Order: sequence, then structure tokens, then C-alpha cells
Amino acid sequence: MTGMRTLTFDAVIVGGGGAGMRAALQLAQSGYNTAVITKVFPTRSHTVSAQGGITCAIASDDPNDDWRWHMYDTVKGSDYIGDQDAIEYMCSEGPQTVFELEHMGLPFSRTEKGRIYQRPFGGQSKDFGKGGQAARTCAAADRTGHALLHTLYQGNLKNNTAFLNEWYATDLVKNQDGAIVGVIAICIETGETVFVKSKATVFATGGAGRIYASTTNALINTGDGVGMALRAGFPVQDIEMWQFHPTGIYGAGTLVTEGCRGEGGYLINKDGERFMERYAPNAKDLAGRDVVARSMVLEILEGRGCGENGDHVMLKLDHLGEEVLNSKLPGILELSRTFAHVDPVKEPIPVVPTCHYMMGGIPTNVNGQALTQNEKGEDAIIPGLFAVGEVACVSVHGANRLGGNSLLDLVVFGRAAGKHIEEMLSQGLEQREASVTDIEQAQNRLARLNESSSGESVSTLRAELQNIMQNHFGVFRRGDFMQDGIQKLSALRERIANVHLDDKSLTFNTARIEALELENLFEVAEATAIAAEGRNESRGAHARDDFRERDDENWLCHSMYFPKGKRVGKRDVNFSPKTVDTFEPQVRSY
Amino acid sequence: MLVSIYRYNPDTDEKPVMQDVEVELPEDKDLMVLDVLALVKQQDSSVVYRRSCREGVCGSDGMNINGTNGLACITPMSTAVKSGGKLVLRPLPGLPVIRDLVVDMSIFYKQYEKIKPYLINDTAPPAIERLQSPEDRAKLDGLYECILCACCSTNCPSFWWNPDKFIGPAGLLQAYRFLADTRDTADNERLSELDDPFSVFRCRGIMNCVAVCPKGLNPTRAIGHIRSMLIEHGT
Repeated sequence: MTGMRTLTFDAVIVGGGGAGMRAALQLAQSGYNTAVITKVFPTRSHTVSAQGGITCAIASDDPNDDWRWHMYDTVKGSDYIGDQDAIEYMCSEGPQTVFELEHMGLPFSRTEKGRIYQRPFGGQSKDFGKGGQAARTCAAADRTGHALLHTLYQGNLKNNTAFLNEWYATDLVKNQDGAIVGVIAICIETGETVFVKSKATVFATGGAGRIYASTTNALINTGDGVGMALRAGFPVQDIEMWQFHPTGIYGAGTLVTEGCRGEGGYLINKDGERFMERYAPNAKDLAGRDVVARSMVLEILEGRGCGENGDHVMLKLDHLGEEVLNSKLPGILELSRTFAHVDPVKEPIPVVPTCHYMMGGIPTNVNGQALTQNEKGEDAIIPGLFAVGEVACVSVHGANRLGGNSLLDLVVFGRAAGKHIEEMLSQGLEQREASVTDIEQAQNRLARLNESSSGESVSTLRAELQNIMQNHFGVFRRGDFMQDGIQKLSALRERIANVHLDDKSLTFNTARIEALELENLFEVAEATAIAAEGRNESRGAHARDDFRERDDENWLCHSMYFPKGKRVGKRDVNFSPKTVDTFEPQVRSY
Repeated sequence: MLVSIYRYNPDTDEKPVMQDVEVELPEDKDLMVLDVLALVKQQDSSVVYRRSCREGVCGSDGMNINGTNGLACITPMSTAVKSGGKLVLRPLPGLPVIRDLVVDMSIFYKQYEKIKPYLINDTAPPAIERLQSPEDRAKLDGLYECILCACCSTNCPSFWWNPDKFIGPAGLLQAYRFLADTRDTADNERLSELDDPFSVFRCRGIMNCVAVCPKGLNPTRAIGHIRSMLIEHGT
């Protein structure tokens, strides 16, 4: 072959966060030869930053709680473009999945009865919206992501999963049939490039919040899976749907959990007014995140923002008392003191809506199998490729994700994909060998980068990209503004293609990794921009000044962005849950 | 601001050097050390360090900052550098250097794996969660929050001397996290595996670990609890 080493596995999982490790655990338990490729040591994955909890109807806070109520909330939260079969699966499988995590050792906070502690989160209700606020988010203080990620890593250690830690996947390898047969990956420590061959390749690469200048996301969230999928010619779905979390710390971008408002905190403007009472009279500060984020921006635009520049609002927690804050929100106290220089026990935290979550991604079915469309526009499974977690769009979040549903998404669909691959492997899963050309094709961009002799630096280009996205594709969007942004991106494409790598050394070369990441960021950004400009309506997180209403007649559907020709198409939303009646679209108010 | 960085690239360098880099810092902001490193990397992309969450929860960027181990992302420049001084960055001490500020953490992870860092309970689980009282759950506070940054173990002379035999403060904190968990049923097995002259007893109680833990945890106290359990276990 090309003089390159080949490592062979039954299944390879790209990404060592919650979804990847849950999938890996499932496969390792069944004895298949499984490897996790992860660009950081697994416990450094972004799941670690999740704070508030994992939403699930385990009936601890309310013994009558029902997963169907959770399903109703999620469908409504999605502004009706979440797939109801997938949401049904997530909400009904959720309790078992959460109990498994507890049995694995996850140190959940507890109620007096010894059960898992659940707190209220945004968009939650009892009895299909008729029974008032629910408390459905299972929590380990405000460090649930940390507790979950470490527990899953520990579970994988127990089951001897093979980890390729600090390895970076650069591109998919596709055979002559269009099936995925593995990835090209770099061992960061040695710089060696390897063909990792696998019968099933699972993307669990997480989000891409770093396309924006201001984000709650880790520096590693660069959309590697989306970039690889688009370069391989596969579509992404609903990629225009980006969640802006209401409470990122002003200036720093670090996340302050929705759990703060769940525990009774609320937002105030410069007059000290609890303004959410005006925008969402019932749910108030616990309305959907898109609703709260927009309300905050309107307050700021109308001159009621706080601070010298009137460009943020405040999150008030001091009335909850030191004891509650210490026991329920200890991590928030730490973060606020470090990054906002305020002590929430005494003073409010300055916050501003901050890019947080990619609702869109690689379209999949509930088994995690990646999908494209055939010539007739029907769903077609991409053989050998799977996607789970934030990189996937299964779609349970639609146009707006509810707080606490991301951790649930990770473990439910990580597990589901693992189970499905297990079954496929047991029935004998074979793909045709990749040819030398197939493999060389996947190495093209790496080769080009290694030979670069001039061009601009990664940091300059990345900053420019992030500013374009921040300015043209934010909380509120407008056609002409977006077209302007698309033009700017288009000019940036070639400059990024010519990015200069001045450090060509092999050992732990993070400059090379950052250059490869930049290309992925760009792919995500451009897909976002084009899909956003194409959706002529306001729905969920996608709010347009020039199309203020939801348009169910034309847009009660997924968008599909195809890299070839940069075309935006449509795909039907699933309205056929298996065991419950369809939740019909209604006016969405909180 | 003058930043002095430990530089070593095995591809090209015979031996490490301290390199001084001049970085312009904004006057009105107290940057974190990690932000300063990003500015350095803008000037010279070959400077290498690990980073991920940039908010002190992932544990990637443990390093030695002006003589003290800490996380670059939550150490403000005002704390790191005394007025008029320079910022001095070195890799965590006591572990092999891969390149610049990146150390080989294999032995640190190996010690963590050795204590079986997972819940062991061979009884059949109930249909729901295993119950645990808030009081029993509270016993895990101050233990489970560890982020495996290695600031503590690489600040411990006993770990420098016997990194292959002494578990070190980070591993022992997790050993106690499972010993303290009322849901875990493997206390005897766990204690037997720790019961030798090195694994636990190389701790001299000098509390270097406590002094640098960026999460404010106290491994020395946890080690004290393990010692008591071992003594009881032996009798």
C-alpha cells in the first residue's frame, strides 16, 4: 500500500466524549475489537463541561412523571421539526439508560428518599403542558457532565476498551461502493499517519461552537465530524440551527447552567426588572432557551442592558442563600468568581447569550446509521458510517434543544448505535477493501498542508471566520446580512485552503492539528450560512427579522445541505411515533 | 510582558532551553495564563501545550507556572506574576517531557488504573437506581471532582522517587472515592491491593498535593482515611 501502517478493528469510534464512550462501552462489553480515537485524553472531552444535568422521566421528584410528558416538551421545544420517532425512543429508553449510569457508579445528588435528585429546567412541564413546571433533570450537583464522562471512562477501563488517545482523525476512507471503511488518523505524539480500518466507523466528534467568536464550547469543538462528512460528499441536516445559551458569562463565554434558573435564580435588566415575566408569563425564566436568549437581546437592543455599554443582563442568585448555592451550584460559584470576578452569594452574574450547541449535524436514524438521500430524494443509509451525539442529527432537538436533553441524547443514542453495530457484526458485516487510490484520496489535504510554503496563519484566518459568523449569523438574522456573510466566507475559502503550516515537525505538532481543524470549522460555517440563508422563516433558534413567522406550509421540514453544488434541499420530519399519538404542531408559547 | 517558556522538540533539539518571548498584553484586562500562551502561539506556532475546556474542568493544561503547578486557564496573570517579574512556564515536573510544555502522563494514568477506578458491586442491580442517602452521597464530595490534571502527583517528592510503585495523591484520592462509596462492595479487595510498603505508605503527609490542587481538593486527608482503613483491615 502507501507505506502506511494499517490498524484493523471491528468498530472504530471517533471521539471520546459521552456519546463515543457510551457506544464503545456497549461494543467492548460484547467482546468486539473496538477502538476509540480521541484527539484529547477522554476525560478532557467537552462533555466534561456539562453542568446542570440529564433530563429524564425517572419519576423521582414526581412519582407520576411520564416519559410521554418529556416527549411532549421535547417536541414542542424543537418547534416541531424534531423527529417524533427518535424523540419517542430517547424519552422512553432514557430511564433505563440513566439507571445504568447510576449502576456504573455515577455520583448523582440524592433526595431524602435516597433517589436521584431532579431539578427543574427550561421548557419542562407535567401532563402535556397542562400541569405546570416539572423537575425532570437528574443532577450530580452542577457537575453532571464531569461525573458522567468520568463514569463512562471508568466503565470503559473496566471493560478493556482500546483507546487511541491523542490521535486525530483527518478524513474518511470510502471504497469503490461508496461505503465507509475507516479513517485516516494521525498519532499526535509521534506524527505518524495511519489507516484505521474498520467495519463500522462511528462519528462521535461533538459540536463546532468554535465557528463563533463567542461560545461556551471548548477550544477542541471544531466540527471535525461534519467537516469529514462534507468532504466525503455527504449532506448535513438542519445545520442552520444553532443554540445560543442565555447565560454565558459576559466577556469570557463560559457557561452558567440553566440549573441556576431551575433552582430559582432569574434574569434582571438594568432597572432590576425581572423582564422574562413580560416575554413568557407562565414559564418566565424557564421558557425555551431560544425564547430567553431572544428576550435578552431585545432588552439590550431597547436600551435596558447593564454595564457601561449596556450590552449584557444580570443573573440574580443571591436570594437563594449561601447554603443552597454551596450544595446545588458549587461549580457556578467557582466559575463566577474566576471568570466574572463576582461572588453570586452577594451579587448578580453578568451574562449574555452565547453560542452553545449545534442542533444540526449528520442525519441518522435511531440506530445511529448515517443517512444521505438517493436521486429520488429518499433516505439512503451510508454503509459503514454512524454518527451519535452532537455531531449527529437524529433529530431529537429540531430547531431548539431543551436543557438537559444533550446528555440524554449522548447516552441513549451512543448505546443504541453500539447495540445496532453489535447486531450487524454478529450477522457478519463486510465491506470491500479500500484501494490504494481510495486511501490516497483521503490523505490529500494532509499532504497539501505538509507541503505548504506560503500563505496566512491559522490564527488570523480563524479569527476572521469567527467574526463573520458572530456578526452575520447570530441570534437574529436577516437575508441581506446573511448574503453579505456568505460572500465574505466565499472569499475566505481559498485563503483557508492555502493556510500556511510553518512548523512541519512530527512530534506533538499542534500547529498541524489546528490547521486541519480550521478547515473543518470552515466547512461547518459555510454550511450553516447557506442553510440559514435558505430557510425563509423563523423557527426555534433560527430567528429572522425579514421572516418573523413560522411557516409550516413550506418549512415544517428538515433542511438538507449538500456539499456538491452547495445546494439546500428538504427532508420530511417524522410525525409517526410507534406507541403514542402524533403531537401536532401548535403555536409555541411559554 | 516577558514570557519565559521551556522549549524542547526531540525532532530538532539536543537539550531543552528556556526561551524568552515578548508579548503585548491588553492593559485593562487580567488575562489568564492560557490566554497569554495563545498570544505566544500566534507569534510562534511551534510552541506546544495542551488545552481544551479553558474553564478549569477538563484538566488538560496543568503546568508549572512561576514555580507552582496549576491550570493555565484559571490562573490569572495577576496571581502568576509578581509586579515587574516575568511569566515563567515549565512542564509539570517529574514526568518525561514529550515536547515543550507537554509531558508524558502514561505512568500517572497507570497509577490511576491500578486502583480500579470504577464501582464494583456484584449484586444484581435493582430495576431503578441503587438508593443512597444524601449523607452517604456527601461522603463523595471533595473526591469525585478530581479532573486528573496531575498537578498534585507531579508536586509530590514521593511520586518523583517512586512513580511506578507509589500510587500518588491523584490515584489515592480516587481509591478513597470508591472506598467511601456505600454502593461499592469491594473494600476488602481494594484494601488488600493497596496493602504494601509503597502504594499508600510512601505518602509522608507533607501536603504538597493540597497546596496546588486547582479544584481545592485534599488528597492528604483521603490518604489518611485509607491508612486508617488499612490498619483496621490488617488487624
